Amino acid sequence: MAEIRNYTLNFGPQHPAAHGVLRLILEIDGEVIERADPHIGLLHRGTEKLIESKPYNQSIGYMDRLDYVSIMCNEHAYVMAIETMLGIKVPERAQYIRVMFDEITRILNHLMWLGTHGLDVGAMSIFLYAFREREKLIDCYEAVSGSRMHATYYRPGGVYRDLPDKMPQYLASDFRTDKELKVMNENRQGSLLDFIADFVKEFPKSIQQYDELLTDNRIWKQRLVNIGIVSASRAKQLGFTGPMLRGSGVAWDLRKNQPYAVYDQLEFDIPVGVTGDSYDRYLVHMEEMRQSNHIIKQCVNWLQKNPGTVMSDDHKVSPPKRTNMKDDMESLIHHFKLFTEGYCLPEGEVYRAVEHPKGEFGVYLISDGANKPYRVKIRAPGFAHLAAMDEMVRGHMLSDVVTIIGTQDVVFGEIDR
Amino acid sequence: MQDLKASLIEVFGECHLVEAFDELTLTVDSQDIIKTCLKLRDFFSFDTLIDLCGVDYLTYGQSDWNGNASASGFSRGRNHQGSEDRHEQRFAVVYHLLSVSKNKRIRVKSFVDEAEPIIKSVTDIWVSADWYEREAFDLMGILFENHTDLRRILTDYGFKGHPLRKDFPMIGEVEMRYDEDLGRVIYEKVSIESNINIPRVIRK
Repeated sequence: MAEIRNYTLNFGPQHPAAHGVLRLILEIDGEVIERADPHIGLLHRGTEKLIESKPYNQSIGYMDRLDYVSIMCNEHAYVMAIETMLGIKVPERAQYIRVMFDEITRILNHLMWLGTHGLDVGAMSIFLYAFREREKLIDCYEAVSGSRMHATYYRPGGVYRDLPDKMPQYLASDFRTDKELKVMNENRQGSLLDFIADFVKEFPKSIQQYDELLTDNRIWKQRLVNIGIVSASRAKQLGFTGPMLRGSGVAWDLRKNQPYAVYDQLEFDIPVGVTGDSYDRYLVHMEEMRQSNHIIKQCVNWLQKNPGTVMSDDHKVSPPKRTNMKDDMESLIHHFKLFTEGYCLPEGEVYRAVEHPKGEFGVYLISDGANKPYRVKIRAPGFAHLAAMDEMVRGHMLSDVVTIIGTQDVVFGEIDR
Repeated sequence: MQDLKASLIEVFGECHLVEAFDELTLTVDSQDIIKTCLKLRDFFSFDTLIDLCGVDYLTYGQSDWNGNASASGFSRGRNHQGSEDRHEQRFAVVYHLLSVSKNKRIRVKSFVDEAEPIIKSVTDIWVSADWYEREAFDLMGILFENHTDLRRILTDYGFKGHPLRKDFPMIGEVEMRYDEDLGRVIYEKVSIESNINIPRVIRK
């Protein structure tokens, strides 16, 4: 009889299902995976080294480029670490704005995840529906920060500016009639908050739509159920956080267990899975979107009732007003010092983590008293998840590798740093 | 947290425990890291290793005031305000532990020597340490004894040096281009110059 041997398959780094630049060396017996060796680092940009060479405020932009689908949550961890060390208080309105945008970011991330995960396992239409809703939320990003992706909106001491009173509208063009334009601008007549309030009202219907498309879909279930099972104790041992841990039935969420910002004043639930397979993680993601929607609704209500300042008035950290600089010498000096040298943090070290859409995103900051960090270590949730790839794919078929990459929600900006 | 602190002092002794910003830092001797971690996992139920990283204390507390950044220096008539707190050992390995069941966190820190940056691997205690230790080896050059697969992880295949060390230049050491004549990618010494736009200043 002919000798049957295992063979090695190179998957990626350029593969549509690799979610970026993942290279997998798969050792396969027939179509069953014996061993997977992920090669990462193809997107390594040395973020941690670069941060060491810049004043604190100039590195907020690097945070955006880590996990580039959940931008503002990354910023949140970084500014929280700085605020803790400086001991500055953030105005309550800024905290609510942050929480609101954290949750908008969570929905953005989960929609991206849902769309691409669907695409990976063969569902085309869900991708289009998910991106339809993403577009509206990205417009919120643009309205508030001027940028559709890399916002740099959170600053130590608060947020860069208050929410705009007017939501930007679509302009007339040859591609759309006046009637179409009117429909497109219908929910953009008021402020940004009105627009978000409208979105929050409509979004449950969209989730319902995704639900009908996928949850009981036979093909979807065949591809996801019992794929990549991780038990609760194993998930903790592997360093899982976020939906990956909750999918295994552990009710752990930093927003509830170690609340930051104003999460302790908001009402929401933590969904957990039962079996810890890909399908449970899908259900957890879906329920998290509903909960995020609920949180945004509460934030919008609060923000509509409570106007106020959104930036700490400690001008050692936050820039003074332009108008004050014209005739107030102190403001001018503060402005000059802040933009030429930045501010110094006291000596010490701090670790601050947020419940990022993918799990625990932490920033470990060491300061030696300078205007630049001495060392910054970014704890990316996807790094621990991808490290478990080998264990999760063993014994599964080749096609399930794609499901597991999808369910882990890997983004290489944060894993490779 | 005070309960945890009290019981930690009972087991490990007070001298190694620091509390700052609502966080506990336990500094242990690199010889005792396995013993300490096992105790933390089994008696204090720190079931998850959240993060592991290396830190290089080579230039800790040094600023650009005294002329190492530009020919004339950045010191504008000010005295040096750097930290006097010199670290005897150059590298530290920092473990961030989380107890999901008890909702507690702790940071464990262990210093290792420059001449022999070796510490025992904790992969047998927490599986997630595997990649983190590879990362610390790759970027910081710290070796982990008993790690089964200590390869580089983030840098390029065939990369030389450990980029997160403080004596590794930020612009790198080599640059890469495609050579028409040789028909392949070649590495050359970097052609750009290092440049500091905003000096590092320490103020207290």
